[in-house]
Amino acid sequence: MTVTDQRPTFDSRQAFAEELIALARTDERIVAVCNDSVGSSNLVGFRQEFPRRLVNVGIAEQDLVGVAAGLANAGKIPFVCAAAPFLTGRALEQIKADVAYSETHVVLCGQSPGMAYGELGPTHHSIEDLSWMRAVAGLDVVVPADPTQTRAAVRWAAASGRPSYLRVPRFKVPDVTPGDAPFERGRSVLLRDGGDVTVIAVGSLVSRALEAADRLRDEGVSVRVLNMPFVSPLDEEAVVAAARETRGIVTAEEATVSGGLGAAVASVVVARHPCPMRILGVPRVFAPTGDASFLLDHFGLSADGVAAAVRELLGHG
Amino acid sequence: MLTADPLRLTEYREVSGRIRAGDPRDAVAELERVSVQVRRSIVQMISRAGLGHVGGDLSVTDILVACFYGVLSVDPERPRWEGRDRFVLSKGHCAAALYSTLAHCGFFPTAELETFMAPLSALNGHPNKIKVPGVETNTGALGHGFPVATGCALGAELDGAPWRTVVVLGDGELQEGSNWEAAMTASHYGLSSLTAVVDRNRLQQGARTEETKTLEPLADKWRSFGWEVREVDGHDHLALLGALERSTSGKPVVVIANTVKGKGVSFMEDRVEWHHKVPSPEQVEAALAELEPVR
Repeated sequence: MTVTDQRPTFDSRQAFAEELIALARTDERIVAVCNDSVGSSNLVGFRQEFPRRLVNVGIAEQDLVGVAAGLANAGKIPFVCAAAPFLTGRALEQIKADVAYSETHVVLCGQSPGMAYGELGPTHHSIEDLSWMRAVAGLDVVVPADPTQTRAAVRWAAASGRPSYLRVPRFKVPDVTPGDAPFERGRSVLLRDGGDVTVIAVGSLVSRALEAADRLRDEGVSVRVLNMPFVSPLDEEAVVAAARETRGIVTAEEATVSGGLGAAVASVVVARHPCPMRILGVPRVFAPTGDASFLLDHFGLSADGVAAAVRELLGHG
Repeated sequence: MLTADPLRLTEYREVSGRIRAGDPRDAVAELERVSVQVRRSIVQMISRAGLGHVGGDLSVTDILVACFYGVLSVDPERPRWEGRDRFVLSKGHCAAALYSTLAHCGFFPTAELETFMAPLSALNGHPNKIKVPGVETNTGALGHGFPVATGCALGAELDGAPWRTVVVLGDGELQEGSNWEAAMTASHYGLSSLTAVVDRNRLQQGARTEETKTLEPLADKWRSFGWEVREVDGHDHLALLGALERSTSGKPVVVIANTVKGKGVSFMEDRVEWHHKVPSPEQVEAALAELEPVR
């Protein structure tokens, strides 16, 4: 009994670009810094309106992040816009030393994260980014779920005064975040209350977690769905409450399971209130060929996959 | 964050004021006197810590002193003043030379130098801008300071701000590709307010630069990247002051400062092992005897 979500879906890059332009109109410190990624980061409109405030360093990610740190030193608020795999992989040491360790207010915007580049293959997939970024002290790691949350994340990052990494979703998803949902550093968003199992999801998996909750409700299983836009700092209290009040936790993310959301939640659960857990993500393999939708399903990162994990956790598997 | 030392600060303002206002030939004597003091502090710091990079510290000293006393517009009392010139030591392992220079300028008390690399000291083995006034970005991993300095200069350019940016690079450091990314960016954007200084001492940790990975023809490399090249004796203060003048070509300027690693201590000069060897007490005594205070 597959229920297909019929809601319209959106690529969040448009929302990202619109919000960045709106902020730039009111704050002249905001600049965009890219690596020949004007088109893929949807910065054409930004460039038209603010040609001097779009810095393109060419295909040079180490320079990209270093230059952004220097712009921040000069009083700018740089939004670094680059494909997530190259931004976080190639420039990892610049992110660590020039941005996080140097405490510069740089917003690192990982475009087309996760497996959004599908068929282009693992060189273009960014499934390690959450593990890598989470390991860097002082760096906030933000994974918006949809266009509404992407807009909130951009506004938050511009005003935060601190280094952050922001995944900008490309994979099309329904807009599930309520317009009045709070967006605060280290705070989760309760999307569905429930008492049997908690599903904690980020990014592309949030709408899929909600769909799984709908299906399980039909089976008489009450699922709490928490959206955790801040993988770091994590909403520890919400995790502990979930561990205490429900029978277990399933985490779901479009990332390797080695060190992202699931690992972050597990470290809190183990220390503060042990409970059964299932961590859904990409196992420690490079993805086969396939489009993003295929790959998500392939790795069980689907409503079916989330529902199966919940049933397994309850012993209904 | 450490805070300024009022007495040193007053002295720094007087000395650097004289250096900038007077006959450059008189300035040289002042700069040489400061350089000796800075070098003495470096040797003492490294001896006390039992750690450090003495060879590169001594090769870069005259460059640092010329920059801070003769060129840069900085205020040790207001290290984050928006209109300051930006100085980045990309070869962050020569932190002892930077700390010693900053302390002599009054950014923080010279007594603090005694804590170099001691537990919980602000003076880490590589510079930290959160703890040490006068530091603009945390360096240590090579190939980082130049892109950051490029971003500083680009920010000034976007604002039409008058301040300038100076970044000091090691020569071995130029083997890091990120530097050449920055070199391309700076010339593409015509960042004439950016000056890079290469401490060309021709040695790196393990061997001579040319035995490790050839840098020559270095001046031609920079020219082909769109930079104005000025090549000087990096221990000649008069030459350094001239080379550090602002660009008039519309291009960013690189000063290739030919230096001697271990400069000022005869038994350390141009010897690869003094990259990070720590002098014995006897060697410290001999070094300090060679680094006799002027006047």
